[in-house]
Amino acid sequence: MFVWYINSFPRKEVKQNGKVHENRICTIVWNCHKKYTAIIADLILVKFSAGGYTVNSTEINKQFVLQKSNIGTKNKILVDFKKNKFLLLIVLPGLLYYLIFNYLPMFGLVIAFKDYRVSAGFLEGDWIGFKHFVDFFKDPYFFKLLRNTFAINLYNLILGFPLPIILALLLNEVRVNSFKRIVQTISYLPNFISIVIVSGMVINFLSPQTGIVNLLLKGIFGIEPISFMTKPEYFWGIFTLMNVWKTLGWNSILYIAAISGVNLALYDAAVVDGASRFRRIWHVTLPSISPTIIIVLILTIGQMLKVGAEPIILMYNPTIYETADVISTYVYRAGFGTENISPNYSFATAVGLFNSVVSLVLLYSANLISRKFSETSLW
Amino acid sequence: MHKTSIKTDMTSSIFDIFNYFILILLCVVTLYPFLYTMSASISDPLLVMQNRIVLFPKGINFDAYQLVFQKMDIGRGFYNSVVYTVVGTAINILFTSITAYALSRKEFALRIFITKFIVFTMFFSGGLIPTFLVVRYLGMYNSMWALVVPVAIATWNLLILKSFFSQIPESLIESARIDGSHDLYILFKIIFPLSLPALATIGLFYAVGHWNNFFSALIFITDNKLYPLQLMIRNISILENIVDVVTIDNSILFKNIKYAVIFISSLPMICLYPFIQRYFVKGVTIGSLKE
Repeated sequence: MFVWYINSFPRKEVKQNGKVHENRICTIVWNCHKKYTAIIADLILVKFSAGGYTVNSTEINKQFVLQKSNIGTKNKILVDFKKNKFLLLIVLPGLLYYLIFNYLPMFGLVIAFKDYRVSAGFLEGDWIGFKHFVDFFKDPYFFKLLRNTFAINLYNLILGFPLPIILALLLNEVRVNSFKRIVQTISYLPNFISIVIVSGMVINFLSPQTGIVNLLLKGIFGIEPISFMTKPEYFWGIFTLMNVWKTLGWNSILYIAAISGVNLALYDAAVVDGASRFRRIWHVTLPSISPTIIIVLILTIGQMLKVGAEPIILMYNPTIYETADVISTYVYRAGFGTENISPNYSFATAVGLFNSVVSLVLLYSANLISRKFSETSLW
Repeated sequence: MHKTSIKTDMTSSIFDIFNYFILILLCVVTLYPFLYTMSASISDPLLVMQNRIVLFPKGINFDAYQLVFQKMDIGRGFYNSVVYTVVGTAINILFTSITAYALSRKEFALRIFITKFIVFTMFFSGGLIPTFLVVRYLGMYNSMWALVVPVAIATWNLLILKSFFSQIPESLIESARIDGSHDLYILFKIIFPLSLPALATIGLFYAVGHWNNFFSALIFITDNKLYPLQLMIRNISILENIVDVVTIDNSILFKNIKYAVIFISSLPMICLYPFIQRYFVKGVTIGSLKE
């Protein structure tokens, strides 16, 4: 009779030596003599051995641990399917989305190794191996693209990485809360203004005849109007300043959140030790937010080659391709064509694939270096 | 008083003055472009042409706005953008929330595998051309769907929402189940109402993304009746495609028109932003807590 009763004892999954065990802990609620317990144990064994259980331990006539070893992964997935039908159902649309719009394009990367014709599918077209890659590497323009991509990113890193940290530190020193809030609100604003509007403003402000920048330069420094958007030497600087203007405030949020989590007792201790404000910033605040700083740095370096095509497509023109053309804008032009170039999907895909692979390597190495020299890493 | 403490006080207040100065300067630099754009768009076109506007408008003149609204179909761009934003955000929220909920439930053993499968796409992707070809192959080219379906889930937002859902206590769901509620009821009547602040934050991020998006429209939309506002702004203020509107009599308005278009299109965001700002900030900190 009690054998059926035992069926209602709770199951518990336990991991031991990498195997999954299912334990049932049976507590016998009434007092009985030791020899009966042994009989009960035998009975239990008979009942459960069919289901693959073994009696693992007998504890002073009160408890048994029944153990069923090694539920295979296959079995587990099946159990999961039955138990979580609903969750499986609602995860399906998302899963399909990722398959179609993320994994199918990855599969589509095969056209980088093919001579792809516009009308054909991914699977058609002749294999040509690495021809597109070789063509790209042999082109002297390749080095110019690579240089521009790295230069723009380096400018962005040098200016765009430390400034949000400095802003967060400065904001943390403000004691008037309302002032702090106003500065935060205003400085986050540009992040939400579309890049089309921002680059429209930049281009119009920099116009040699009617731009406000040239007016101010002439008024203050007496400099003759400069046609900024047709001179290649200015593009990296203009682009970086625009980016910093747009993202400075917003990028400081993570640091502000990190600073607000710093243990206040550390500051009190520093004050007792006679540390000045600079000392407190340098020896308390900065070390406390260094994990955040490192994570952001890794992510920034990992994205170095991924400089988005969008802002540059909006800002550049053929007179400044020399410095403004980067890999992603080149992919865009090679893929969709311009007045001078006929569209070539295969070649553009090859260039894009090169870009993705180098990005992945960069991210991986940045993470590796960080893990070696500090405790922080992405994975 | 001790000598050194006076000295520290001095440096401290100098630091404060310097600090406030820098922060005020930052605000000025941030706001000035918007003020200038507005001033230039409503000033006397002759003065704008001669580059005489510095801060405030001179000789108020609304001709440029009249021209923009009457002849340039900015209204349709506006309408298209609103439609894309509403439809796109609705799709985003539905897809992201149900996927995030499934992935947040600990009893769902497959969730670990599926999460890995999804996170991988943050680090590697097919890139521009293969994605374009897939979208075109699905027959979405030159339609609204090309702008909203291929971006149905942003992985970062999915992860934020997933970490939010996983903080909802298991016992709540268990007790609802014991009371006899079925899964759909639990999801829509218990989980989602509880997560309204998080859903609002994610929704706002998505909505801003749709509103500001111009690149997908650039590659997927060829019919200019379907152009969203951002693409129209680009054509007018950057590519200067306004030959059909600007004639000899009003060519002097050229600059004013460009500034007017830029200002009109930034206005909705500037007006709404102060009210929704705190949600955005919350969204960033939800994500950072889990790091």
